[in-house]
Amino acid sequence: MQIKGKAFKFGDSISTDHIAPGRLFHLRTNLPELAKHVLEDADPEFAQKVRPGDFVVAGKNFGLGSSREHAPTIIKIAGVGAVLAQSFARIFYRNAINVGLPVLICDTTQIDQDDELEVDVGKGEVKNLTKGITIAAKPLPDVMIKILNDGGLLEHFRKHGGFALDAY
Amino acid sequence: MTKTIAEKILSEHSGTDAYAGDIIVADIDAALVQDGTGPLAVQQLQKLGMEKAAKPERTVLFIDHAAPSPRKELSNAHKILRDFAARTGAILSDVNEGVCHQRMVEDYMNPGEVLIGADSHTCTAGALGAFATGMGSTDVAIGIASGKTWLRVPETFKVYVTGEFKKGVYPKDFILHFIGMIGADGATYKALEFCGPAIDALAMSDRFTLANMAVEAGAKAGLFASDETTRAYLEERGRGDKWRPISADEDASYEQIFKVDVSELEPTVSCPHTVDNTKTVGEVAGTKIDQVLVGTCTNGRIEDLRIVAKMLEGRTRNPNTRLLVCPASRDVYLKAIEEGLIAKLIAAGAAIINPGCAACVGVHAGILGDGEACLATQNRNFQGRMGNPEGFIYLGSPAVAAATAIEGAIADPRKYL
Ligand code: SF4
Repeated sequence: MQIKGKAFKFGDSISTDHIAPGRLFHLRTNLPELAKHVLEDADPEFAQKVRPGDFVVAGKNFGLGSSREHAPTIIKIAGVGAVLAQSFARIFYRNAINVGLPVLICDTTQIDQDDELEVDVGKGEVKNLTKGITIAAKPLPDVMIKILNDGGLLEHFRKHGGFALDAY
Repeated sequence: MTKTIAEKILSEHSGTDAYAGDIIVADIDAALVQDGTGPLAVQQLQKLGMEKAAKPERTVLFIDHAAPSPRKELSNAHKILRDFAARTGAILSDVNEGVCHQRMVEDYMNPGEVLIGADSHTCTAGALGAFATGMGSTDVAIGIASGKTWLRVPETFKVYVTGEFKKGVYPKDFILHFIGMIGADGATYKALEFCGPAIDALAMSDRFTLANMAVEAGAKAGLFASDETTRAYLEERGRGDKWRPISADEDASYEQIFKVDVSELEPTVSCPHTVDNTKTVGEVAGTKIDQVLVGTCTNGRIEDLRIVAKMLEGRTRNPNTRLLVCPASRDVYLKAIEEGLIAKLIAAGAAIINPGCAACVGVHAGILGDGEACLATQNRNFQGRMGNPEGFIYLGSPAVAAATAIEGAIADPRKYL
């Protein structure tokens, strides 16, 4: 899976409250509307500026906090190609894969705001075209690759009629 | 080979000899969703054409985050849960019954069981010696319908706690201090196993507070042995027959061992906007506070209300500080009325909010104004948490909350004890 786009840079500890805040709780059953506010409390203009294929690039512990799957879902609906961070909170990471949003762990200090990136999710390779460097991402666990390749957990379950994680 | 608590429970539930790092498919005993995550779970099951519950009597749908509903979109979301409960026989825990995690330990969870919940603080039930972990709506939806989930067996950090708490210092102070020490991502993915003489001596209510906050260090579960204290709690809740002992093997293999002596611990406060930004109460005393919240799944139990009511007896809240008190469940509320605590709290100027999440997640019942600060007994203080990104949240024990309500600024509880 190859994706090309621009980097939107965020700091450490971006929580699910930054991504999909409680004050918009009432929009959780209206995800396209909620997506218009994605990451609003970290960058109020992000939702207007992001284009399909662009990347959310962050520091440590991205997605900490709540179990709300709405957080990775609206990042995906907003068109983001992948989230790159130095580390992810556990539930966010699992949710992102479940909803088919690629998440890669890599050294994001080598990426600045607006850098052009080309990302190969399968190979775990991030090319920073602006800086002319290639950054290696930590490979996704086999289970995660399997679920992601099936198009998320729902599709995985539908396709195999249950969990089929042994095949890998 | 010897096993941690997580390895034991997950071996039993997967029919395998499981160790840290193994991928297993586990039978689950119970599942929960709440009004923020449940509607999406139901919609996912509709997409799958699997609108059912494998264990309806152990599937609990909570209307607690926005209860009673402050707006029509949420009333309609609640209807999705009501309809699902009616069609599948799953249990609906309605407005006023209480916060999901308090309700799960009161009436539904037992030692040695596996719980998955679409709420990050599902780990609270780990205090009963159950493997309980938070996941997203799709994971839990599939768990509800199939009775199974997949898990990677986590490595465990042993947290060995010794010493005695000084007067005015509580297990809440310990857990805030510990998260400050290891960081908000210090235990990402791991199970935390709390043990040692200071843990053996803890009441169940305090164990719930600690297990509840395991996720604030990034942990997948916060586990306790099931002992005589656990047995007494289950007996009191009418489930004595469900008790069984659980503990880690003597020489189980831990990824890390932390030793903490609580004897010299000070009352501790987490400052905006991360839980690991901890200070002693002395370092932040005097910080002006506009609202105090006592309640939530972390510290809204009867033991917490007793501390606050006792400290406020014969005193009143500072006129510039609102005091909100929200019992964690209907049972807690009733007990607080019987004990006369509610009358004392109201006399001291508290506003009592019906059991549920209250202002914790910023949906209703106590949203902060621009630039306002709140001292809350809850578990997290992220920017925007209480409904306004321009607000500031401090976390502390119920005793720090009471002292702060009296002074209108963060205060050391020891002068009011
Ligand atoms: S009280 Fe707060 S932390 Fe607990 S379940 Fe409710 S919103 Fe979540």
